Amino acid sequence: MQTSPLLDHEGLVEKAKQLRLDILEMTTKAGSGHPSSSWSSTEIVTALYFGGVLRYRPDQPWWPDRDRFIMSKGHAAPLLYAALAHAGYFDRDQLMTLREAGSPVQGHPIQGMMPGVEATTGSLGQGLSLGLGHLLGARLAGKDYHVYVLLGDGECEAGQIWEAAMAAAHYQAGKLIGILDYNKFQETGPISREIALEPLAEKWRSFGWKVHEVNGHDLKEILPALKLARQLEATRQPQMIIAHTIKGKGVSFVEEDFTFHGKALNAEQAQQAREELNATR
Amino acid sequence: MQLGKKAGLELCDLPLRNIFGEALLALAEENPKVVVLDGDLGNSTKAEHVRKAYPDRFFNIGIAESNLVGVGAGLAGAGFYPFIVSFSSFLLCNAYDQIRLAVAMSDINATIVGSHGGITLGKDGPTQMGIEDLALTGGLPTFTIIVPGDPASMHAAVKAAPGIQGPVFIRSSRIPMPYIYPMDDCPFEVGKANIVREGADLTIIGTGMMVSAGLDAAAMLAEQGIEARVLDLHTIRPLDVGAIAASARETGAIVCAEEHLLQGGMGSNVARIVAESHPVPMRFVGLKDVYVESGDPWDLLKKYNLTAEDIAAAGEEVLSQKRE
Repeated sequence: MQTSPLLDHEGLVEKAKQLRLDILEMTTKAGSGHPSSSWSSTEIVTALYFGGVLRYRPDQPWWPDRDRFIMSKGHAAPLLYAALAHAGYFDRDQLMTLREAGSPVQGHPIQGMMPGVEATTGSLGQGLSLGLGHLLGARLAGKDYHVYVLLGDGECEAGQIWEAAMAAAHYQAGKLIGILDYNKFQETGPISREIALEPLAEKWRSFGWKVHEVNGHDLKEILPALKLARQLEATRQPQMIIAHTIKGKGVSFVEEDFTFHGKALNAEQAQQAREELNATR
Repeated sequence: MQLGKKAGLELCDLPLRNIFGEALLALAEENPKVVVLDGDLGNSTKAEHVRKAYPDRFFNIGIAESNLVGVGAGLAGAGFYPFIVSFSSFLLCNAYDQIRLAVAMSDINATIVGSHGGITLGKDGPTQMGIEDLALTGGLPTFTIIVPGDPASMHAAVKAAPGIQGPVFIRSSRIPMPYIYPMDDCPFEVGKANIVREGADLTIIGTGMMVSAGLDAAAMLAEQGIEARVLDLHTIRPLDVGAIAASARETGAIVCAEEHLLQGGMGSNVARIVAESHPVPMRFVGLKDVYVESGDPWDLLKKYNLTAEDIAAAGEEVLSQKRE
């Protein structure tokens, strides 16, 4: 069994920084995209791919026994692509073709268009159902892979999320692990102001899920939670890790400013962001 | 009124949905990768045949079509071949975006079965009727779209589906249909229209139940000395461009008949081919921008001009234009 390249804590922090920088460069070059939504999930995805959580083989992207990772919040595509490139699925140079005509590095992920892109997402609310399907398939095929689905908070307003939540508990999908990037903002404003989600943890619990809450930027909290969730599969209860995050994390003037949703940085902003990100450690 | 009677066809004693259930069961027996996803209508669609025989490969996802489609697509990602089965109206109208992303745009190998297509489910009324399913699936570029019009072709379509690259839509129906083809020797080939009656004066192109109705209409026209070719256009995409163009060229007039809205249905697709290849006078039998009320299927077909008589009348009309 092959696991992802294992990094220690310092290595993971450095990897998260590199991913953030790649996200910046990709979206700045493209002149569009969702850097702030990608940055809020960066530590989560870093832990999954580089902290020894996901089992995958970059040289065999569709290895039948791979753990599944489904980026349900498809607008965080730059983060997914950056992680896949760093993991070795394809060349990092390709990242800079994001959103260009003829490039497979699509604005939102399209299943199979790049190696390791497991699902077509971008119309929100759909990833959890796909994850459940992969899991029911694993059970039927006698495979023991786990399925991880990264959800945005805003997409939890969609009914399909709760249809899938109900069905996952019914089917005792203990190997289905959701991670909810709870950055508290949706496109048009604070979630609490637009369509409030609270009490969010209670909602998941009442649907039959085991809920863990972590600081979504602290790898010393995320990684143990991801590993614990994996160990709890025997409970046959689907697991939801609610990761409290900061939208735009890492770039001071983007953090918690929802007006940056879906916007690339201009040249001047990008330079400042580059300096700030490079200064982090 | 009995479908296929004037044409001398024998009516199947089971509704087409039951034939679908039998065909699905036969496929599940043969192919262990086939899984069935039900939107809590398995007893109506007859997908339940598989539930009884292979409960581990049957998933009732409940009254939640969006999730139903997503879970089905996920099972395809896990290496299985999903048949996602519900009423045509509920699947396509509730879960269109899920079908668009997870099935069509992802270009997965899977079959969506829209049962209770058209208006002939009758008394349950317009909320349950799938009168827009061909237009909706037509809006999904990767889909192969099949509308079987008899028991043998339903069996053949279900059997063929897993071998088709990309997603497939099969329309099923609540009413019994006559046998057009022998059960043991159906000339069904995806994307290839069948000439089920030869004639030189005009062509009736039918899909689904309208193939039998078209044969009835041809029998009625024959009594007046008019010989109609009848084409079974069971595959709406890919369209058999060659057969359509040849019919236009060889018979010089076309009537399209479908149990669907005229807008975006089979006829509009055929008209595009005719216009581009060999323009000839055409007429269209189908639903004209209307929601149909509850009622006995045969009363509704009559009221909304979807009978053999209506096809025959359209044939006479198109012939008079041809002769002008």
